[in-house]
Amino acid sequence: MDVDLRRDFFSLFGLPRVFAIDTEALELAYRDLQSLVHPDRYAHLPETERRLSMQWATHVNEGYRTLRKPLARGRYLLSLNGVEVDSESNTAMSPDFLMEQMEWREAVEEARTAEDAAELERLHHRLRQLAGEMVETLRGQIDAHHDYHGAAESVRRLMFIEKLQHDIDDALLGLES
Amino acid sequence: MALLQISEPGLSPEPHKQRLAVGIDLGTTNSLVATVRNGIAVVLSDEQGHPLLPSVVRYRGDARVEVGFAAQAAQARDARNTVVSVKRFMGRGLKDVAHVESMPYDFVDDGGMVRLRTVAGVKSPVEISAEILRVLGERARASLGGELTGSVITVPAYFDDAQRQATKDAARLAGINVLRLLNEPTAAAIAYGLDNAAEGVYAVYDLGGGTFDFSVLKLTRGVFEVMATSGDAVLGGDDFDQRIFCWILDNAHVSPPSAEDARLLLLKARQAKEYLSGEPEAHIGARLASGEEVDLVLAAETFTHLTHPLVAKTLVPVRKALRDAGLRPEDVKGVVMVGGATRMPQVQRAVAEYFHQEPLTNLDPDKVVALGAAIQANALAGNRAADEDWLLLDVIPLSLGLETMGGLAEKVIPRNSTIPVARAQEFTTYKDGQTAMSFHVVQGERELVSECRSLARFDLRGIPPMTAGAARIRVTFQVDADGLLSVSARELATGVEASIAVKPSYGLGDEEIARMLQDSFAHASDDMHARVLREHRVEAQRLLDATDVALREDGQLLSTQERVAVDAALVQLRSRMAGEDHRALRQAVDSLNAATMELAARRMDQSIRQALSGRRVDTVGI
Ligand SMILES: Nc1ncnc2c1ncn2[C@@H]1O[C@H](COP(=O)(O)OP(=O)(O)OP(=O)(O)O)[C@@H](O)[C@H]1O
Ligand SMILES: [Mg+2]
Repeated sequence: MDVDLRRDFFSLFGLPRVFAIDTEALELAYRDLQSLVHPDRYAHLPETERRLSMQWATHVNEGYRTLRKPLARGRYLLSLNGVEVDSESNTAMSPDFLMEQMEWREAVEEARTAEDAAELERLHHRLRQLAGEMVETLRGQIDAHHDYHGAAESVRRLMFIEKLQHDIDDALLGLES
Repeated sequence: MALLQISEPGLSPEPHKQRLAVGIDLGTTNSLVATVRNGIAVVLSDEQGHPLLPSVVRYRGDARVEVGFAAQAAQARDARNTVVSVKRFMGRGLKDVAHVESMPYDFVDDGGMVRLRTVAGVKSPVEISAEILRVLGERARASLGGELTGSVITVPAYFDDAQRQATKDAARLAGINVLRLLNEPTAAAIAYGLDNAAEGVYAVYDLGGGTFDFSVLKLTRGVFEVMATSGDAVLGGDDFDQRIFCWILDNAHVSPPSAEDARLLLLKARQAKEYLSGEPEAHIGARLASGEEVDLVLAAETFTHLTHPLVAKTLVPVRKALRDAGLRPEDVKGVVMVGGATRMPQVQRAVAEYFHQEPLTNLDPDKVVALGAAIQANALAGNRAADEDWLLLDVIPLSLGLETMGGLAEKVIPRNSTIPVARAQEFTTYKDGQTAMSFHVVQGERELVSECRSLARFDLRGIPPMTAGAARIRVTFQVDADGLLSVSARELATGVEASIAVKPSYGLGDEEIARMLQDSFAHASDDMHARVLREHRVEAQRLLDATDVALREDGQLLSTQERVAVDAALVQLRSRMAGEDHRALRQAVDSLNAATMELAARRMDQSIRQALSGRRVDTVGI
């Protein structure tokens, strides 16, 4: 058996190449791998080993970051299947989605201006629900239907939702401090 | 424990040989050195039995340097030449330092890291910190009876790149090999977690003399995973002293104090603060050099009231870290209190109220960081026993970014990314034949570059000349396990590696460090040549040992030809070990490193493959 360890993150963590991964298995594999390659294990060894360990640990961290969260995992899976989420040819959005984006942005901006923390929390909560639904959609699109172009649109929606959540986080922090 | 099943790549080549390693807590107020002795972490005391070394450095007219209690005793007498809380100046410009007006120093500000003019000349905070480290290093050598293999030095988790680099530079000046920079709250978590076999989500609230850190960690079967960290690099017990100091000035009706009187009153303020942790009121009495008398009583209640904004200020990073970790206060199983300033009852009350539980105060808040660092140092030195297998996964505290058009900062690596971490970005040239390019790296969360910390400017040179837009330059930002950034660049079409000149905004250049090293030897018994030779010998021995092990275990991974090259390099290095020529030695080390590079890489691949196939043959496939 000869695995190309650098080939893709799914094989690095010993996982099948699907969207609905076993996150617990990922976590376990991640810890096992880091236990093996982490720079703390190589601190007393010569420079070459220390550098290799840093490169490996960096790679393993990158893999974990990529597979752990649905958004990054979805993007990555699509890219493995030849669909780049943010390539130019792919950024055309449905008018509905653009409309929806604008409404959300306005709602957040309004709550921020009004310094309405409760409203911001409420919006955050709704976004979380929306994100959950979107992840479900994505799972169907990728794992069941192999509809990668549809999935790319879902990923972009998720990206938008995540960005909004960040904005709300920042707004809330601004209110608190 | 699941982790035990994994073969460890870096086991000590000669397990019987215990390497001497220490943990150093380089604190704003107090510094400590600790080690693991017979499996137990202990703080090393000085000859008088003091575990703490006050982080005070006094430069005397006779070229001698006093560190610790002697310096502390002289601080009111010789305030200008006696530096306290130097950690606040590390990697900082003058404009970043709070309360400069009440500080008795003669600051030298030329844009970069602030420096202090003393009777012994202009000193950088790096040199001043090196004096503290030197004393601790000597203490450790004397008490352990030998040369140190290396150390783990703790830094506030919220320290930025410049502050971390300054700390590492200070160690270098002091002749102390740094195995790792470790975040202070993480060190505390190690000491607490291993001691209590803790599992679950824990927080560390670390309020020291000059810095505040708050970290949230997940402890799962021997893995310490930092989920988020936040803090305030200029908030600590010193600020509480400052509040009392101002209160004294307001209430004692004395004229604006001289540098010496100010220092005296700050000292009185600190004593009152510490006293109030156990008593309802404190008497503050002092006779000033001006002849005026101070005679006041400060009630605990008044003190609590005065410092309420400071305590509230600590809760801002607490909320931020919890939010980043996606947690609510009630998700936290325990809050470990670290740092002398957490002895203040109002601080403990605020934490208890916020988390709806009593914080964990059963550790010695002064020592726990040093003890954790010692445990980590012991493991990093390769002394860990097979049954103490644990792993630390830490994060960077602040986002790293690049300046883009219009003074905006574009994030390259977000805060709370697990380290080591790397991100690459691609750039292109905008002029025909362009061979150079500049970058400005900043750290912080704000959108405007002017509101972030400027870390460094990088000049990229040696881009192969092409038409505008044809070059594809991939710039890689690598943050290592110390949380330190390095940048490399490569033109993708030609594969040419671009050279990078780094100009740190608040750090020391290589030349400056070399000069400081020279200076430090002018007064020391040691000399530069001997030091460099010693360091190279340590690295050479390490390489020889590791190569022996690698050849014994996996020699078959090399072709005959490769083996011949390794053997030749081995022979050369062995023959130069005894010599006095440090350049020749270094060169032999480099040759052996180059000859064994492939072997090291193959061994690493092999061990990963073994781990993979051992656990999941069926899923890996191919
Ligand atoms: N009993 C006490 N009550 C209140 N404050 C105290 C008490 N004992 C110590 N302190 C304060 O704790 C601070 C020093 O704490 P500590 O030694 O943990 O800091 P440090 O490690 O030197 O600083 P840092 O971690 O910020 O670099 C000082 O401000 C000191 O006055
Ligand atoms: Mg401390």
